[in-house]
Amino acid sequence: MRALDLDYMLGLLPILLKYLPLTLGMASVSMILALILASLFAIIRVVRFPVLDAITRLFISFFRGTPLLVQLFLFYYGLPQLFSFLTAIDGVSAAIIGLTLHFSAYMAESIRAAILGVDRSQWEAAKSIGMSTGQMMRRIILPQAARVAAPTLINYFIDLIKSTSLAFTLGVTELMGAAQKEAAGSFLYFETFIVVAVIYWGVVESLAFVQTQIENRLSKAVSR
Amino acid sequence: MIQIRGLTKIYNGVPVLNGIDLDIKKGERIAIIGPSGTGKSTLLRCLNFLETPEQGEYVLDGKSIDVQKANAAQIKEMRLRTAFVFQNYALFANKTARENIAEGLITVRGEAKETAFERADEILRDIGLADKTDAYPASLSGGQQQRVGIGRAMASNSELMLVDEPTSALDPEWVDEVLQLLTRVAQAHQTMLIVTHEMAFAKEIADRVLFMEGGRIVEQGPPEKIFTSPDDPRTRSFLRKVL
Repeated sequence: MRALDLDYMLGLLPILLKYLPLTLGMASVSMILALILASLFAIIRVVRFPVLDAITRLFISFFRGTPLLVQLFLFYYGLPQLFSFLTAIDGVSAAIIGLTLHFSAYMAESIRAAILGVDRSQWEAAKSIGMSTGQMMRRIILPQAARVAAPTLINYFIDLIKSTSLAFTLGVTELMGAAQKEAAGSFLYFETFIVVAVIYWGVVESLAFVQTQIENRLSKAVSR
Repeated sequence: MIQIRGLTKIYNGVPVLNGIDLDIKKGERIAIIGPSGTGKSTLLRCLNFLETPEQGEYVLDGKSIDVQKANAAQIKEMRLRTAFVFQNYALFANKTARENIAEGLITVRGEAKETAFERADEILRDIGLADKTDAYPASLSGGQQQRVGIGRAMASNSELMLVDEPTSALDPEWVDEVLQLLTRVAQAHQTMLIVTHEMAFAKEIADRVLFMEGGRIVEQGPPEKIFTSPDDPRTRSFLRKVL
């Protein structure tokens, strides 16, 4: 066994960290879009809008039932062959679209469960004062569902951050892609991927701190 | 003010309301008494369209609403004209006492937040909860929550207050403060329809008492009459059990 090349690792850290903003950017944009989409899907399923409900169920079934990597390849390599206007799609956009759709399918189900968990009296009180369904959802039901869904959604965000590493298969030089290139030059694969792993780990750990803040904020209404 | 004609509500084939006719006059305080499961709460819920009746009509200032064909605008109008006080308070769990009272004013009636909050604070002072403006429902006692629930109904300035067994879910220690507040609201000649098991309270505040059984109004009259010499044997038998 040879010794680890610590100098190489220390030198690599700042190089790889330059790619962290792209990783976090892709993750954040995907997360925000996925949250919006997932909330819409969840409301469609809870309110049972006739045709939309069936479409949403099919969508969720497909995106939960197939691997993320397959979906990414479909968007990036597959669809442009069918629709020529998509040939201009770059890897980052394809990754964001794929991640958004994939994670929105999962998140829709947790948001739906959280919405259904809000006490019936809350729905009735909102209706009784004359709120429309939209007002009721936005002001009363979703904020309460958010508290219940938050831990699960943050878990999905963690998963999403790590899943951005798959974007390198679409030719995107994000954290993982950059590491791949560095390792190919130095042949120090172990050192390189340990550094990458530590960076992901650090990001996820600092998220745990944010998670506590968010959960405290959301639960202030129920603390005595 | 509001006339109810032939109101019928059926659950799983069983009629819970069986052709209710009722005229509610402005300023009138009506108490509804009767055994459990006789449709008292359902009547209130139908008026607020929390339930859709199978048959019947509401007449508001001469305008008629067919309950089965009511459109969204008509349902909203009925909800704005009626303010519901729930048995289990049903305060918005994600909103403070002040926000609970102001919510309808801001979201539904389009008032500015500042004026709605001023009105809410005024009501909270009036109902003795000035120190609880920023408290969330979870930190309030049952009695305090129900008072905020009543405050929410007061804020709406709705013509008709629908009060559904306001003290049934309360621990005995909180019943008095809620009844006292409702008595004050009644004394201000707020038109109200109250379902209650508190006979002394009904006697004190009501202009008219309805006795319901089997989805029908069996007997009605001034409280002196109903509580002392009711005509119908069913009313007599019910009152013997509860008084």
